[in-house]
Amino acid sequence: MRRLNFAMPLLLFAGLAVLLYSGLGKDTRTVPSPLVGKMAPAFDLPDLLDPTQRVSGQSLRGRVYLLNVWGSWCVACVQEHPILMRLAASGRLPIIGLNWKDEPEAAVALLRRNGDPYSAIAADREGRTAIDFGVYGAPESFLVDAQGRILYKHIGPLDWASVERQLFTRIEGSTP
Amino acid sequence: MIRRALSMLLYAALIVSAGVAVAIDPLPFANPAEELRFQQLVRELRCLVCQNQNLADSDAELAKDLRAEVFELMRSGKDDAQIKQFLTDRYGDFVLYKPPVKPGTWLLWFGPLLMLAIGIFLARGQLRTREPSASTDDRDGEFS
Repeated sequence: MRRLNFAMPLLLFAGLAVLLYSGLGKDTRTVPSPLVGKMAPAFDLPDLLDPTQRVSGQSLRGRVYLLNVWGSWCVACVQEHPILMRLAASGRLPIIGLNWKDEPEAAVALLRRNGDPYSAIAADREGRTAIDFGVYGAPESFLVDAQGRILYKHIGPLDWASVERQLFTRIEGSTP
Repeated sequence: MIRRALSMLLYAALIVSAGVAVAIDPLPFANPAEELRFQQLVRELRCLVCQNQNLADSDAELAKDLRAEVFELMRSGKDDAQIKQFLTDRYGDFVLYKPPVKPGTWLLWFGPLLMLAIGIFLARGQLRTREPSASTDDRDGEFS
């Protein structure tokens, strides 16, 4: 017992050190989404580039796509933009934009300046669809399969490594 | 003397009022009871943008939208549990300041009790070994 008493503070310290070390570098701001594995929330919004048209979850059924939440006011989205352009150029996965709480003119001007990687863009001016998707900051990206199920959610700007590791590996597994 | 008492009172009032400051939206409450219910509800919900603030205190754009959403849900006749469910369906348990008791949160809820039990166990062991034998070695001498 005496020996144990002597070792106890050391053991406690070691335990605490391991616990705290494991927490180091962890991003505590990313909140895991309860929507992954579930059906994507229904939405039906005007097309940003042609407001007479609609973009809806229903119309996208039957194909795998990436729903990318962005805004012209969002600095990290501008940083992410070249990756989206590269992904669009690869032709492997169509990107649907969800233009979140943005001025349409500003959004269109940005796309004209930097290029448009999106197959279609839904304009969510009020942000209700974003709330349904549990969006809390742009950019966020949702990988949706042909049945309309969310396979994966990426919080923050995508880089090419995560495009390959998180997106491509998942769409190889599902129906092409 | 009176001036001093007055200024003390003023400071006290300042401190108290700082605690109740909330972000103000022009929401059309029908009556004070509805407003009270709304304020209590948004105080229990976390703002996801500035994560150490609740929905009531946050000035973030998203918090404003979520407050409007909560208000509309209240208006459509949803009770508090349904409104919280609406938000947890989208954002997870993280939006609740008081997480639900379930297997995943057992450590969170009962961890402190576990720590207390370990502490009592260790302290008992410590005290028991000390009783007769510890009195024999000269403790006063150690510090002299």
